Amino acid sequence: MNYAWDWSVLAQSPYLGWLISGLEMTLLISLSAWSIALVLGGVVGVLSQLPSWQLRAATSLYISAFRNVPLLLQLFIWFFVVPEILPTAWGHWLKRDLPFPELVTSILALGVFTSARVAVQVASGVAAVPKGQRMAALASGMNIAQIYGLVLLPQAFRIVLPPLTSDFLTIFKNSALALTIGVFELTAQSRQVESYTFHGFEAFTAATFAYLLVAALVTLFMRLLERQTALPSGVGAA
Amino acid sequence: MNLDFSVVARAIPFLAEGLALSFLLTAVAMAGGTAIGLVLAVIRLSTWRSAGLVAAAYVNGFRAIPLVLVIFWFYFLVPLALGHPVSALQSAIIAFVLFEAAYYSEIIRAGLASVRVGQWQAASASGLGYIQTLRLIILPQALRNMLPVMISQAVILFQDTSLVYVISLRDFMTSASIVANRDNRLVEIYLFAALVYFVICSTGAWSASVLSRKRSLA
Repeated sequence: MNYAWDWSVLAQSPYLGWLISGLEMTLLISLSAWSIALVLGGVVGVLSQLPSWQLRAATSLYISAFRNVPLLLQLFIWFFVVPEILPTAWGHWLKRDLPFPELVTSILALGVFTSARVAVQVASGVAAVPKGQRMAALASGMNIAQIYGLVLLPQAFRIVLPPLTSDFLTIFKNSALALTIGVFELTAQSRQVESYTFHGFEAFTAATFAYLLVAALVTLFMRLLERQTALPSGVGAA
Repeated sequence: MNLDFSVVARAIPFLAEGLALSFLLTAVAMAGGTAIGLVLAVIRLSTWRSAGLVAAAYVNGFRAIPLVLVIFWFYFLVPLALGHPVSALQSAIIAFVLFEAAYYSEIIRAGLASVRVGQWQAASASGLGYIQTLRLIILPQALRNMLPVMISQAVILFQDTSLVYVISLRDFMTSASIVANRDNRLVEIYLFAALVYFVICSTGAWSASVLSRKRSLA
């Protein structure tokens, strides 16, 4: 292979700064989108388990719509299509007055996309809580909100922590798609270093290690969370 | 706003070519990924510790980085490694096969592990060798167990092929974007593309769930 490696490029200004700001952008997008995904996914997951066929139909449509269209296309639809099909005044606001439109759109698109996956996990977690728990809560005179808030969800979230870890890891990887609508996150910045210096492999290597580091930290954090939240009854991590 | 869906009808032949490329990429990545994934899974389950560690590093490494970055890596790396220019399609195929191998190896590993230990012991007691046991006893059973997950992964893979957009390879997604921008009909084309993806992927997801329900009854 005929390639002159020059790792010093990574330490040079402005390239180092580009990569660092790219990493910051990746973290910002991923963590913001993850908060949206957790809240929205939790709500949709619970609604899908309630005894109402209308709710079940609506949530299953929501889940399959967001799971069966590629994220890249969803991103384009949020960015190019939604402002056109909304009422004119809203569309104008989105196109002219929304601050950082690319960033906000990426966060929203990634958050909603991931919420469908989180909803499936939450629903399976709720279904995995032993039936006796729900019956006992009902017999103690709790209402639906109390049953979910105090009995089912605290156990369901512990049960689904390990699969949620994988969705949490995926969101960092998926945040790279934001580059297609012009957000300079980590992958875009390493691509930019490539086009300025022709030392793409050094930049790609740096980005690869940054992603590996983030993945390792997230895994470690989730393991700790599993251990911290485990119950003596054996729900959650051993 | 006025929608004009006739633009979609006129774009159908061009989009169909793109869709064919998406299917081709999916099929090649699935076949290649399964083959390499099987080797990786067998190595990881074997008693050969050092090779197992290398295979684990491969799998975990690929699973931790974004596919877009992998596509860029191979787009620049392959021509340099081979010493001559290659097409975007060739570099994309290599990237997808190696990337999917990591995911398929995890599915296959779980499938192999789902076959009870007694099967290995019985095969070995009947005088079968390691490869024979794997081929005749373990894999046929493991394959049945992992088929639904493999189909789900194929659905994800089919969606992921849209990422070749970043190297301007004309799959369905890229073709849709070309037509949308050329005719300035982004709303109609993107909504139509979403519908096509939705129908194909829901069908795949539905067949995976039917298969897994059949399995759980057995």
